[in-house]
Formats: sequence, C-alpha cells, structure tokens
Amino acid sequence: MCLGVPGKVLSIGGADGMDATVDFFGVRKVLRLDIVDQPVAPGDYVLNHVGFAIRRIPPEEVQETLALFETVLKEAGAGDLLAADVRGEMAAGRAAPGGPDGRG
Amino acid sequence: MGAADQAGELKFRDPARARALAEALAREVAAVGRPVEVMHVCGTHEQAIARFGLRAAFPRDLHVIMGPGCPVCVTDTPEVDEAVALAAAGARVCTYGDMLRLPGASRSLGDVQGEGGKVEVVYSVTQAVEIARARPAEEVVFFASGFETTAVATAAAILGGVPANFSVLSAHKYVPAAMEVVARLEDTKIEGYLAAGHAATITGWEIFVPFARATGSPVVVAGFEPLDVLAALLELVRLVREGRPEVANLYPRCVTREGNRPALEKLWKVFRVVDGDWRGIARVPSGNLELRPEWAAVDARRRFRIDTALVGGAAKNELADRCLCGLIMQARKDPSDCELFGKECRPEVPVGACMVSSEGACRIWHTYGGAPDLRGVGA
Ligand code: SF4
Repeated sequence: MCLGVPGKVLSIGGADGMDATVDFFGVRKVLRLDIVDQPVAPGDYVLNHVGFAIRRIPPEEVQETLALFETVLKEAGAGDLLAADVRGEMAAGRAAPGGPDGRG
Repeated sequence: MGAADQAGELKFRDPARARALAEALAREVAAVGRPVEVMHVCGTHEQAIARFGLRAAFPRDLHVIMGPGCPVCVTDTPEVDEAVALAAAGARVCTYGDMLRLPGASRSLGDVQGEGGKVEVVYSVTQAVEIARARPAEEVVFFASGFETTAVATAAAILGGVPANFSVLSAHKYVPAAMEVVARLEDTKIEGYLAAGHAATITGWEIFVPFARATGSPVVVAGFEPLDVLAALLELVRLVREGRPEVANLYPRCVTREGNRPALEKLWKVFRVVDGDWRGIARVPSGNLELRPEWAAVDARRRFRIDTALVGGAAKNELADRCLCGLIMQARKDPSDCELFGKECRPEVPVGACMVSSEGACRIWHTYGGAPDLRGVGA
C-alpha cells in the first residue's frame, strides 16, 4: 500500500487531463494527478501512492540525495567510498530474496 | 534522459556505497558505547530492511524496531465489523487487498466474499468510484484504510466528485498521533525515530519538530531504498550520540519542510482528527481521520445505520488470544517471540493482523526468512 517506487511519466491524458500513464521499471500504470505537488510532464519522475502521484521528483534532487549520502559518510569519517572492503555481513545481505540489486 | 534517471535511481542500491554506509554506521554505534534502540514507523521501511537483508548489515548493538507503521494492522476489529456488516446488508464493499483477510470479531471481508458477498479489491479509490459509476443501482462503499498519505487520495476522489451511490467507511489513521503514544509507553527506551518518507512527502518534515523537542528524541525522515535507510540510520545514531533532539531530512528528493500543501489542503477539507482505537496499541488521541460533517452524504457511518451486532461474534478465538501483534507494534516483543509464528499463524492462515498485511511485522519476517534479525545471534 505504501510502496516507495518512482516511475517515469510516459504520457498524460484522460477526460480531465489528470490521468498519467507511468512506467515503473517496465510495468505501466495510470496514475491520477489530483494531488501531485507540481505540474507534471512526460519524462518526469513521480512517486506513486495508491494510484495517485504524490510528488514530482526533480532530477536535480535525485543528484542532491546522492550528494547528501556522500556528505553523511564524510562526516562519519568513512573516507573513500569505493575503497570499502567487502564484508561478510553485506554478503549475507545479498543472499536475501531479491538481494540489494533486486527489485523484490 | 530516461536511462540516466533510472541509473540515478538504481544508484540508491549501489553495494559499494551500502557497504561504506554500513561500516560508518557500525563505527557510529560503537562510538555511542552502548546498545541503541531506534524505531521506524513505516511498514515499507521494514520491507526494505527485510527485502535487502539490511538487518544483517546493522551493527549488533543497533536495535531497529518496527513500530505501529502498518495501517492494516492497526485497523480495529469494530472497523472491520462495520465493513462486514455493510457487505452483509447488501452493499458492495471495495477495499485495498490487504484488508480482505483482516479478522473481524467473527468474520473477515474475505469470508463474506467467499460466502457470495459483494466484496471487491481495488488498487485505488479511483477504481472504487468507477465501480460505483458502473453500477448505479448498487450502494458502493469504499472501506478506506491507510495513513494520512492514503487519506489524501480518498479526499481527492471525494473532492473530484463521486456518484450518489458512493460512500466511504473511513479507517484512516493519523501517524504523528500514534508516535506520541508509543514514545510515552513506559517500558520502551527508544532513543530516535525514522519517519516514513511517504507520509512526510505530504506532511513535510517540520511537523516532527515539536515531537522531537517534547520527547528529546531525534527524528530522521528516510526513503525506502537500501542507501536511504542506511544513511538515515547513520544520521539518526549520530544525533542520538550527540544528544540532539532534532529533525533531519535524508529524503530531500521527495520531502520538503512544508510538505505538499495542495494535498494537505485537500486532506483537511475532507477529514478531521478524532480519538480512535488502534488495534493492539491503545486508544490514540487524535489518531483517527473521520469525514467532516459537511461530507455526511458520502460518509457511510452517517448514511447507513450500521449494525455490527449481527456480525460481531461472541465466539472466543482461542488462538487470537495468544497473538502478540499489539506488543510487537509497541516494540515490546518480536514476531519470533510468538509461539504461533510460522506454525498456527502463517500468511495463508493469519491469526493476527500483523500476519495479514504485507506491511505487518510477522508477515514480513515470515516472507523474508523467519527472523531476519541478528540481534540475538552470538549475543
Ligand atoms: S505470528 Fe500471528 S499470532 Fe503471532 S503475533 Fe504475529 S500475527 Fe499474532
């Protein structure tokens, strides 16, 4: 019910122009645009909640979040991100259904 | 551009970054020098944690507890009975899938459906409205569960105009109210909270500032990708270590300070908060969302005289008496503490609400391998 999956808007239509056809990693759904926070256009990413787009995700903010992770890590003194060792603990994580690269 | 964006999204699952975050988290918890207990209040966080095996990456001294974050699980028995009674009286009841097997006093909506009752699973309130339009001769009731984020959708549908034979039976709940209740429970020692990114997308993060001040516990707004959860926990533990009861937003790609204003306007135009019972937790002051009096025409409770006496069974369910859902949602027990877990109680034959919903703690632990929590291992 509360899935955190973003999807890409393919087209907008419907009788009142409030139906968006959205691609969720290969699955197409029609979302209502009644409560989305900003105007949405094809190519945008939106967050879906029970058939309603609740947020347009600006592409810059996807980048911003990634940058934020880097900052959090630096402040925590983690050093070079890519130099991190492969630890058994995360290997155990990867064995879980779906795995960290899976979409479950 | 699409491919690049999608690649950007997938970076939130990058194993190297996840490892680095997990290690930083371990160092942060070690720096605290004692076990740290934090709570998340969103079933989707538990799903992300279980699905991506994140619990295995948490330091042993970090206890991440699942709070009352599953809207289906906290839907109270009398609310289910109202829906069952309406269906028994001949109305067509539409609801979200997880609600079907949620036990009422004696029957679930799924039971009613099996007996030939008109119960339909919908993915969205929009679908329920369409069903009402297509069947003008029937009374169509949307049994609406979910937190404020979901209630916004219900509100938008009502404001968008619904046919005369459509009404709403609201079991919508308001999360901030429940966080206050859980924070005040005596024998929990939760030091910080992960707030659900979805709810905060609508409410904004500022709403948690008074809560953080009043409880002395930091709140971090988190998204649902593995890196979102790990980074948010890292920030949360740091705020705990530094004794700063602040609110941090680690989900800026979706959450702003003030939230989705137009959505909030719609929400409060249609709903208001009232005290309500949360299954297994408590009576939560301002915990329920009910339709405002101006919407009486679409409020199933005002439109119909709902008699639950006919469907409420006095039959005592011996198994249900042994269910620990309530204690689990209050962070006092784990699913594995329940003697019915995986035995008498399974997703196909759920005893308690926590095994019904895909956001319920018992269901998630069952789906993703029993007890994906290593806190007991080697301790
Ligand atoms: S396993 Fe079933 S009976 Fe036990 S606490 Fe969970 S839902 Fe209740």
